[in-house]
Amino acid sequence: MEISLTVNGVLKTVDIADENTPLLWVLRDTLDLKGTKFGCGKAACGACTLHVDGEAVRSCSYPVKFAEGKKVTTIEGLGDRENPHPVQQAWIEEIVPQCGYCQPGFMMATAALLNKVPKPTDEDIDKNIINICRCGTYYRMRKAIHKAADLQAEKLTNDSKEA
Amino acid sequence: MASKRSDSKKVSRRKFLVKGGLGTIGVVAIGAYLFRSPIRRQILGVVNSLEAPYLDNIDQPMVWFEVTSDNNILLHSPKMEMGQGTFTGIAQMAAEELSVSMDQIQVVHAASSTGNVDSFATGGSTSISGLWKPLRELSAMLRVMLLKEAALKMNVGVDQLSVEDGIISGNGKTLTYAQAAEGVENWEVPDVPVLKDAKDYKYIGQPVARVDLDAKVYGDPIFGMDAEMPDMLYGAVVRPSKIGSIFVSADTSAAENMPGVIKIIVEDDFVGVVANSMIEAERAKDAINVTWDSYDNLNTEEIVKMMTVGNGKSSVIQKNGDSFGNQDEVVTLEFRSPIGAHAQIEPNGVVAFVDGDTATIKISTQVVGLTRKEVAKRLDLDVEKVNVIPTYLGGGFGRRLHTPHAVQAAIMSKAVGKPVKYFFSRKEEFQHDMFRPPTHHVVKGKLNDQGYLDGLEHQFVSGDVATDSALIPNALTNFLGADVGAIRGGFIQYTAIPNFKAECWHVALPFATSWWRSLGLLANTFAMESFMDEMALKANKNAVDFRLHQIADEPIDIRLKNVIKAAAEKANYSEEVKDGRAMGFAASIDANTPCAQVAEVSIVDSEIVVHKVTIAMDPGLAVNPDQIRAQCEGCIIMGMSAVLYEQMFVEDGELTPTIYGPYQMALMKNAPKEIDVVLLQGKDTPGAVGEPPLGPIGAAIANAVRRLTGERLTELPLKISKKA
Repeated sequence: MEISLTVNGVLKTVDIADENTPLLWVLRDTLDLKGTKFGCGKAACGACTLHVDGEAVRSCSYPVKFAEGKKVTTIEGLGDRENPHPVQQAWIEEIVPQCGYCQPGFMMATAALLNKVPKPTDEDIDKNIINICRCGTYYRMRKAIHKAADLQAEKLTNDSKEA
Repeated sequence: MASKRSDSKKVSRRKFLVKGGLGTIGVVAIGAYLFRSPIRRQILGVVNSLEAPYLDNIDQPMVWFEVTSDNNILLHSPKMEMGQGTFTGIAQMAAEELSVSMDQIQVVHAASSTGNVDSFATGGSTSISGLWKPLRELSAMLRVMLLKEAALKMNVGVDQLSVEDGIISGNGKTLTYAQAAEGVENWEVPDVPVLKDAKDYKYIGQPVARVDLDAKVYGDPIFGMDAEMPDMLYGAVVRPSKIGSIFVSADTSAAENMPGVIKIIVEDDFVGVVANSMIEAERAKDAINVTWDSYDNLNTEEIVKMMTVGNGKSSVIQKNGDSFGNQDEVVTLEFRSPIGAHAQIEPNGVVAFVDGDTATIKISTQVVGLTRKEVAKRLDLDVEKVNVIPTYLGGGFGRRLHTPHAVQAAIMSKAVGKPVKYFFSRKEEFQHDMFRPPTHHVVKGKLNDQGYLDGLEHQFVSGDVATDSALIPNALTNFLGADVGAIRGGFIQYTAIPNFKAECWHVALPFATSWWRSLGLLANTFAMESFMDEMALKANKNAVDFRLHQIADEPIDIRLKNVIKAAAEKANYSEEVKDGRAMGFAASIDANTPCAQVAEVSIVDSEIVVHKVTIAMDPGLAVNPDQIRAQCEGCIIMGMSAVLYEQMFVEDGELTPTIYGPYQMALMKNAPKEIDVVLLQGKDTPGAVGEPPLGPIGAAIANAVRRLTGERLTELPLKISKKA
């Protein structure tokens, strides 16, 4: 069946045999967006976290049919080298990644958190950032999340000045 | 600048392969480099403390560098990047001696077709220390070669040339490295030049950002799971869920006509399916009915019973003085650690294409050479015709020292004549891990009249770590008498004690156990340093002073004392419980890197909370202090996860749990809010970094709990049995 969804701002129509195929595999194998990672297939680790209509979703357990007509954002659409998202900028400044495999999921979860809670406390972070990192980068990630909040606030101020 | 060294013996053993301009790209390849013969040691104490050399493959030319037409350097790394920061460290080392900027160096994984394959592995915290000398020497030689060519082209004497950022200048003229390399066919191979003096380092010692930072922040497809090949199909492999299952037969009839199925392969005890998509392959796999002849339905209690000191065979790995005198005064404590899973987030995966008499394998692995050999052997191919193309690893931790899945994918590819991608499900990852073996420790000590130890003994038992690994010949293990992985951290480090003994027992378990980051260190240090703390309490002495007093005066001992003092001072170590928080102290030596930690702990609702960890470590010369800090932070959190939460069970013959969550691991909320890292430099070469900081964390936490609650926790994972 055909499913239409907006991926990183571009309308895509995909022909999928099984509408229950997880969104993750449609993105990775059909649309060749490999930034969203497979970790467990059971929504237990968060490596596959992306945004559907701005909400953090674990895409390994999200049937593609539910994405019909929705806006999907992956790490490739969060920002790029020319125009990094504040979360990516903070991740670079704090040199967070080690192996790096879980990091897109964490960055997407963090970006979604900052949209809801622009200035998260440590408790907000503990409660909302519940992905798994085996290298143990949590210590730097926490610093990066606070920094990203600051960068995002600056960006909003600058944007409103320009407007 | 290129004065010769007297080290002619080594120079004469080098061979060089040099290729000239490939189209517009000037290619310089430097060949085989033999710098040390494999070290054979008969004394386990040396095996435990040595920093393993880089073991190269002397039979083949090796491509280390390419000078590209845009005047950058491509560095083909024989060591894999799995998060430990090796690529960044070696880029710094090469940039230093090549006199190029960090931006001009791009590090890539060497494919086995370049010849630059580490014949051992990426592991054991050896990459930077092993490449320290050879890589800087090779880089310096390449610099001299380029300068000589430039001198000819510029018509300027070599001694009048200088180079900065890959631009050669002299006598008012300039030439880039790329221009110098272009068109050269017969390179003059120099002797090894004198290397830069440490005071002149520009990049070594600097906290430069990781070279793979952007790729990892913008989601570039760099991992094994992201690898593809044209016309690729997907494979899945049927595996038994019970320990020790023996294949009897497979009924594939239901799966054969399922959508997307291309072929079902039953070959000896291998049952695989190839389909058009991963999901179709998985579904067909589930429809194959395999009959297994099952092993006894073991449970955890039976494994624990097997893994008890006194079972199996033993080897005394360290002994000094006599056994204990009056047995009445001997204190004995027993400790246990559970089965641990690697639980790396990127599953094991591979894309293989067997095309006639050649094979191409894309894989995230710690063992490029071994993978190549195993594929060649099973598919009866010439090893030179198997090209293993390594990718970034989504975590290694020792798990990727095993790659039988490369062989399985190759079998499937051969059967269908197309590339096949195949990876483990998470359940397969947990059930078919090469686990960290459980351990049991019996530690005995006796105090003298002054309240210091008169005798200390560590008896411990482990399953296989190095034993039965394709990486270490069993003959060597048998010769040494003990498993060289299990003994890590098992030695007595307080050798000023007059009488001491360490004895390692070995029991082979009915399921595979193997290398897990830091090997025996995590459990051995937990046992030994918990015991030391208990003895300090019994002697009514400060835990730090108690340790310092009993360390000898060899160079490594001095370095151990220094990290102990530095950690205690930085943390303001105190044995008072303040505001419901207590500190715990522990120290260890691993691979010649001493490390001490202070954990600041409280108990909230019967849960252990680690607020702050202070670590002092002496890894020798710090090539990249920021990434050493990152390794310290990561090891502390991974170690904390292992000692507080992680545990595999055996239930009715199955390893369980099979998913994150039930296999509990540290999350953001559990990680310490403060980690304070102090780096000391007690020697002028780089040492081990990626594993040593895992040592002390278990005992540091348990010792803090002891001071909070009075309870001595002796089993991992640590659980409070009474409220503080």
